[in-house]
Amino acid sequence: MTQHTLHDLVRLRWRMAIALSLLMVVIYFGFILLIAFNKPAMGALIVPGLSVGIVLGALVIAATWATTFFYVRWANRHVDGAVARLAAGGSTR
Amino acid sequence: MTETSVGQPNSTAILFFFVFIAASLAITWWAARRTKTTEEFYAAGRAISGRQNGFALAGDYMSAASFLGIAGLVSLSGFDGLIYSTGWLVGWPVVLVLIAEPLRNLGKYTFADVVSFRLKQTPVRIAAALGTLAVVAFYLIAQMVGAGNLIKLMFGLSYETAVVIVGIVMLAYVLFGGMIATTWVQIVKAGLLLGGAALLSLLALARFGMNPATLFRAAAERYGEAVLAPGKLVSNPWDAVSLGLALMFGTAGLPHILMRFYTVPDAKAARQSVFWATGLIGLFYLMTFILGFGAMVLVGRETITAVDKGGNMAAPLLAEVLGGTGFLGFIAAVAFATILAVVAGLTLSGAAALSHDLWVSVVRKGHADHKEQLTVARIATILLGAVAIVLGIVFKGQNVAFMVGLAFAVAASGNFPALVLAIFWRRATTAGMVATIVVGTLAALLFIYYSSTIQVDMLKHASAWFPLKNPALVTIPLAFAVGVIVSLLTPEPSALEAYDRKERRMILGEPAE
Repeated sequence: MTQHTLHDLVRLRWRMAIALSLLMVVIYFGFILLIAFNKPAMGALIVPGLSVGIVLGALVIAATWATTFFYVRWANRHVDGAVARLAAGGSTR
Repeated sequence: MTETSVGQPNSTAILFFFVFIAASLAITWWAARRTKTTEEFYAAGRAISGRQNGFALAGDYMSAASFLGIAGLVSLSGFDGLIYSTGWLVGWPVVLVLIAEPLRNLGKYTFADVVSFRLKQTPVRIAAALGTLAVVAFYLIAQMVGAGNLIKLMFGLSYETAVVIVGIVMLAYVLFGGMIATTWVQIVKAGLLLGGAALLSLLALARFGMNPATLFRAAAERYGEAVLAPGKLVSNPWDAVSLGLALMFGTAGLPHILMRFYTVPDAKAARQSVFWATGLIGLFYLMTFILGFGAMVLVGRETITAVDKGGNMAAPLLAEVLGGTGFLGFIAAVAFATILAVVAGLTLSGAAALSHDLWVSVVRKGHADHKEQLTVARIATILLGAVAIVLGIVFKGQNVAFMVGLAFAVAASGNFPALVLAIFWRRATTAGMVATIVVGTLAALLFIYYSSTIQVDMLKHASAWFPLKNPALVTIPLAFAVGVIVSLLTPEPSALEAYDRKERRMILGEPAE
């Protein structure tokens, strides 16, 4: 039983890790490919002084923060409790 | 062109420089009395909190290359600098979700502990130690060469003297204070660097009504709207993607970064430390952008390139314009502290590979008492300190950015795939992991050698055989494929059996017995 839920936890963590890594890949390489293939759009000004590229770059940094924040909150809420339960279950075997 | 005192001995700089050296030696003295075991020498007794380790990670990662290099790049080429700022940050969520927690639970001092878990120790440790030393060597060259040039520019010392001073001061505190001293010097340095950059950004923004857009507009008015748009840095999309892959996955294969996760008490603290590190490093990169544009407008490109062609002095010059020689001296001392701290972290991780992986595990098969381990660790530290000084002098004049790119490419192609496969894949075998590290590292080195950077730019040949400047796009998938194929061809029943035990320890952070 313990073994089973441990595997579940490993699988859950693995899926979350892959999903968030892919998310970062999509965000960052989306930004890079936009720069590579659509330079004029990235240079367009939203307001004087602020180009689309600068705003998107700052948003990439913000997205990196948001991703780490999301993961840490998720792991604090859903992983730590499960680990504590598994550890308790394991010691009374 | 504005007058500048950069390059002349500056009394404030020298004062701050000695204050910093005195402070690091005080930290070392305090730490030395607490460094009696190998666990304290390599892992600070695992007593560093998540937030403290976050600052220390940020300190390890924010090298002089990012502070001076990116600010300089932005001041000279505008928007293109932002491509580096973002690239160096996006690797951190990958470190967080894939590596930090399993690494903390499975290992003791080095990432080889994790790769060799449940596999045959000798071959895996030799391969992982070589992967570590390759990355550490390239990164050390970059830092030492950067240190020599910067100190020469800022204090007027000769290049060789500067390299030797950095080497000796660093050795003093790694040797006696181990990871405890290295961590606290790192924390102090991160605080100084962030504080200095924040003050500089605020003073620069104050000239533009605290509005970054006004600053950018002033830059566009002076140098044309092109500074706000992508320039020639990303001309070949494949090159850009390949460099991006190296930056993104290389962070998760840097030995001195990985080693920091052993200094915290548990996986939860490891997780928190990446959260803090990402926040601090992201903030810092946002500020380098203000610093770069600030220097472009307030100092002017002509003055920046007159002092240093690469633009590395943009941030110190901005400090001089905004706060006079005193502020310049402070920023110069902060840059020096930055280099010193990064070199210390690198040396310690290289020493751990030499002594913990090669001597204790391979030569002595794990039978070395604590006293012997500590002695060997200190000998390895002295050896690496000497190597760092020699490399710094031999590679004088080399392109620093290129060396850092090389370190990231090797880390992303060798260490990172081996870590991911060994942690998450049940069928990973000894032969498979050795093949991953060896093929990934060698392929990265080989392809870089045959790229236009070496063949055309350095050897002046007409063309290069390998089309990409950075090999990661080819070598990361290659290393994963080799690891999977070799593992499937060499089944290892003992490793397969031990997987459940490993999985349990990876999650629960305790031995399964």
